[in-house]
Amino acid sequence: MKILFTVKDNSWESQMDARFGRAEWFLVYDEANDTSDFIDNSDVNSQSHGAGPLAAQKVFELKPDVLITGNGPGGKAASVLNKMIIDIYTGAGEMTVKEAYNAFKNGKLAKE
Amino acid sequence: MKEIVVISGKGGTGKTSLTASFAMLAQDDIIVADCDVDAADMHLLLKPDFAKTEDFYSGELAIIDQDECNSCNLCFEVCRFDAITVNGRQYSVDQVNCEGCAYCSRVCAVEAITMQPQIAGKVFTSSIKTGATMVHARLSIGAENSGKLVAKVKKEAKNLAKTQNKSFVLVDGSPGVGCPVVSSLSGADYVVFVTEPTVSGLHDLERVNDLVKRFKIKSGCIINKYDINEDVSKQIQIFLSKENITHIANLPYVENFTKAMTLGKTIIEYDKILSEILRNSWKNILKDCCE
Amino acid sequence: MKIAIASGKGGTGKTTVATNLAKCLSETDNVVLADLDVEEPNSALFLKAELVKEEIKYKMIPHWNESKCESSGICQKVCNYNAIMLLGSQVLVFKELCHSCYACVELCPNNALVMKPERIGVLRYYHSEGLDFVEGRIDIGVEQTVPLIEKTKKFVDTHFKNTEIKLYDSPPGTSCPVIEATKDTDLVILVTEPTPFGLHDLTLSVETMRALGKRFCVVVNRWGLGNEDVLDYCKRENIEIIAKIDNNRRAAELYSKGDLLYDKLPDFKKEILNIKEYIFDRI
Repeated sequence: MKILFTVKDNSWESQMDARFGRAEWFLVYDEANDTSDFIDNSDVNSQSHGAGPLAAQKVFELKPDVLITGNGPGGKAASVLNKMIIDIYTGAGEMTVKEAYNAFKNGKLAKE
Repeated sequence: MKEIVVISGKGGTGKTSLTASFAMLAQDDIIVADCDVDAADMHLLLKPDFAKTEDFYSGELAIIDQDECNSCNLCFEVCRFDAITVNGRQYSVDQVNCEGCAYCSRVCAVEAITMQPQIAGKVFTSSIKTGATMVHARLSIGAENSGKLVAKVKKEAKNLAKTQNKSFVLVDGSPGVGCPVVSSLSGADYVVFVTEPTVSGLHDLERVNDLVKRFKIKSGCIINKYDINEDVSKQIQIFLSKENITHIANLPYVENFTKAMTLGKTIIEYDKILSEILRNSWKNILKDCCE
Repeated sequence: MKIAIASGKGGTGKTTVATNLAKCLSETDNVVLADLDVEEPNSALFLKAELVKEEIKYKMIPHWNESKCESSGICQKVCNYNAIMLLGSQVLVFKELCHSCYACVELCPNNALVMKPERIGVLRYYHSEGLDFVEGRIDIGVEQTVPLIEKTKKFVDTHFKNTEIKLYDSPPGTSCPVIEATKDTDLVILVTEPTPFGLHDLTLSVETMRALGKRFCVVVNRWGLGNEDVLDYCKRENIEIIAKIDNNRRAAELYSKGDLLYDKLPDFKKEILNIKEYIFDRI
């Protein structure tokens, strides 16, 4: 399974970023290969408007199976994510990435 | 960490004065965010030190390079905002009307038009008189987009709450129902409405509550100056009950409310009676918010 | 003659001055009052009026014609607001972000986009015993207010071409809705209160009016509250104070019920007449 986390820093030691559209980084973790990719989201963050949908467009192109985040995508971003097959889990905003991953595995996160 | 946002719909209900009072009561346990960025006033009561300043960029303005321009008129033809001014063969951009859509710059065949990022305001991080940290901002004159500036203030405040280990972010929200208010409400855990017992106050409260309902956020309401019109106060209370909004408190009209502001003090530092009511209100807000 | 009644701080008495001034002037002159505070228009609460006409107001946004689209992605490239996106082979439009610049529609190589109207709010035209009154009211959830302010002004310009005095009750603040409401006026009356918040926000309004090159003057409401710093400020800055309305609990009570004041409080009426005199003598 491919999982995308919204994170503050480009490392597994990082805190989760509670936001979706203006998250600092995306971490894409491929469970099958145990590979991690960090994608810089600062170009989206610098936009005045429409950060949510632009971030969602990035996610659309990365094609993860699962999105783990804090507050959840806003309305416009959600309308983009609805165009793909993806499970969205929220409530991990105050955790570290590792904690968020464990919480997800143990069914402790809320599914949208 | 919980985020409490204070809004009013109508201006002049006492929102900012009350938010400043809650900041005084909460002392060092919170981060304060002044998101009322179009004419921000909380700093007049909380005495921030403006320790850190950051420019805030938003939007662009078109600029025509007179040396490159060949007066082909294409920019004028495509502009929907009456932002291209023509004086004989001289083409220039009306900075008030330009909306930064960049259409003109894309069609200019001689590349005479460039888009310049605009400084739309400033974001400040300060220490206030309680020792707590406050994030506040100033929107530039005529700027659009105070929603994005609000988002930036909130983001900084939330980050600080994390690094300083504070349990609450207290937000002074914007009046109205537009983009800045939506931005103030995004991610909030609890909303405090501050209203006044006037037909305008109730009218505006209904409209802004409509907005809050879409976000499904728990809320409470303080009726300020309730004794100016006890009939309308009662109407408001009926409305609150119908809408499942906690009635937090009624504040009587007291001249000390404004006297305190005039002396640069929060009500907590000035009036005993109101302070007592506000102390209880803050306690109830924290309880209602965390249930 | 177009006159805006504005303020930096909300709650200083803009609507009180605008409605009472409009009613008072309408007794002897042709006046139309426009409520441009489209987020929270509450002038209507004070004017017992009959609805004459209601118009839904729209802004234009692009609609995607799938059959003509060849996924060039040019629409997304030319949109400076991220309001349109090519996602795979589908085009999505985010209407809240669209500024109706027409770039995507006009630059699409396949004519796959066409502008269509999208509702943003409602305009109501009322008649209140000799006073014409127009209100713009934005739909909750619509993020941009400037398009509706523009359309409300346009309605007034079209339908009341020959009305001598046009009063605009403006939104509070100093950002672009206020710019839109005041930019083409002959005079801006800034209503303030003599408190630190009032004065601070007045200085921002003054800065705004000077940046726009607008002629302006000040009305101090709730005089007696706060302090006298506003007088010093206006003197230093050579700004004329054309009326000083006393702080009055009875006025607050009447206002709270939705009543006009000028026909019940003689002192208040005197100040309204001062404003009238200023308008007629100087403009």
